[in-house]
Amino acid sequence: MLRFILGRMVKIALILLAITILNFCLIHMAPGDPALVMAGEAGDADPKFIEDLRAQFGLDKPFIVQLWTYVSHFATGDLGFSYRQQMPVSELILDRLPATLLLSISAFLISLILGVVAGVIAAARQGKASDSIISTIALLFYATPLFWMALMAVLLFSVQLGWMPAFGYETAASDMTGLARMLDIAHHLILPSVVLGLFFMATYVRITRASMLEVNRLDFVKTARAKGLKPSVIQRRHVLRNAILPVVTLAGLHAGQLVGGAVLIETVFAWPGIGRLMFEALQSRDYNVLLGVFTVSAALVLMFNLITDFTYRIVDPRIRLK
Amino acid sequence: MSNFWTTFKGNKGAVVGLVILAIVLLASIFAPMLYTTSPWDMVNMPFMAPGVDSSVPLGTDTLGRDIASGLAHGAYISLLVGFVSTIVSLCIGIPLGAAAGYFGGWVDDVLMRITEFFQVIPSFAFAIVLVAIFEPSITSMIVAIAVVSWPPVARLLRGEVMSLKHREFIEAAELSGQSGFTIITRQILPNTISPVIVLASMMVATAILTESALSFMGLGDPNVMSWGYIIGAGRTVLQQAWWISFFPGVAILLTVLAFNLIGEGLNDALNPRLAKRRG
Repeated sequence: MLRFILGRMVKIALILLAITILNFCLIHMAPGDPALVMAGEAGDADPKFIEDLRAQFGLDKPFIVQLWTYVSHFATGDLGFSYRQQMPVSELILDRLPATLLLSISAFLISLILGVVAGVIAAARQGKASDSIISTIALLFYATPLFWMALMAVLLFSVQLGWMPAFGYETAASDMTGLARMLDIAHHLILPSVVLGLFFMATYVRITRASMLEVNRLDFVKTARAKGLKPSVIQRRHVLRNAILPVVTLAGLHAGQLVGGAVLIETVFAWPGIGRLMFEALQSRDYNVLLGVFTVSAALVLMFNLITDFTYRIVDPRIRLK
Repeated sequence: MSNFWTTFKGNKGAVVGLVILAIVLLASIFAPMLYTTSPWDMVNMPFMAPGVDSSVPLGTDTLGRDIASGLAHGAYISLLVGFVSTIVSLCIGIPLGAAAGYFGGWVDDVLMRITEFFQVIPSFAFAIVLVAIFEPSITSMIVAIAVVSWPPVARLLRGEVMSLKHREFIEAAELSGQSGFTIITRQILPNTISPVIVLASMMVATAILTESALSFMGLGDPNVMSWGYIIGAGRTVLQQAWWISFFPGVAILLTVLAFNLIGEGLNDALNPRLAKRRG
């Protein structure tokens, strides 16, 4: 177990190192002076600041020395300085991280629960009307552009019906505390997390349905039926437990897409997370922030993958952690 | 081949997909003839609701540009980016996957570590970074989408090649003295074509979604009218003019749906054994 964790940590560290090197190469491949790229938009930056950047990152030194300087800055958690926002990038990101985690975890749970339940129902009623309806809805959600679904949800639920706030994390300029504040945040969370969740739900429905049907054909299910177990017990205890494995795999693969989805959802709903930060960085061509968010989102995905691997062990004791 | 068509036609969804795709394709071909003026030109009053003036059936946007014209011109860009980026990622993924599967050993190890690396990077965030750094243009967008979407191709190819490698006809080719390169291109790749086609049709769908999302974020080519751009531009006036954002979204949805449906139809027709199992 300890070896497994250590091995994974080394792998994660190596991937993060590779991403840092990739970032460095990207800055150098960008058209224009790397110092200007790092400082933000060309022409806007103060010449003194540019000179400082050059000295700090050794931009007059050989390529390999520059790479080393850049990587060692990253390794100590220094993701650079946002000239635009006059703040260290790591602070900006840490500030925004909780909102993104709240949004993505809620969306993930919504998609997983709705997806698995709908997939189980569709499999149980294979070929019937409810199966076709669930499968069609899943197909439609899977083809819908996320940002458009978000806009349409705002139009319907906020503008027309007035049920939900259209944007933001909490009611501005209110001095709510404790439970009232939490409820206010939850109210703001519903629309973005459901929209993000529905998009991913589609794939869980499809994989759960296919996997349930697959497991249903296996011999041990016949045995369970022959024993006279109630069909609902067979489905829940035997089939679902086995059919859930591909769902866990898919959840791990989805982590990256979930982060990407969060960027779009946060942009539409002005949700103050790192996705929104990425959008703001894009608007102001603040490359340090852009690359910082990119690196942190990759780290999030790696963490999430680690959690899925642990879940595997809980769901399927046959799997030994390697 | 006739067998293929019978199975494909038997899948109603696939036929619907094909019809939608045909419409989008026609729109993209005939857009310049139907709408001779640039989709960026002001043709009418701004904020015209759909159905008010028959010259602009889908209304106009904040600057009086014709939404219908924008949709027709945008179809071309969506299909172009979708197809070209998929072809580019096939060109990256197929050789890498085939080499990894055929040669095995350290070649496989190295290539698969690279593939894994690209698979764990959050793809949309990476695409954003690539397009932003290399300046938004059609080319940078195609390259970015291709760079983030080739890993599944490499994995698929590797698996297919590994399962074919020990078949008798490959051993026969080896004994007859063909080189590794010849065996891969002449013997193995033709046998992997059907799963690749199925995957490719799904990839076009994903690429179109990614293209629209990038354009929505303001990373589209500033000289090109695209569906994602129109939605992004209409976002701030959503309350006053829902139609600006609504119609391009429907266009994206239908086009993406078409490719997914076609992909499923192809899967049923090309991999009959698999289709029966899924049934």
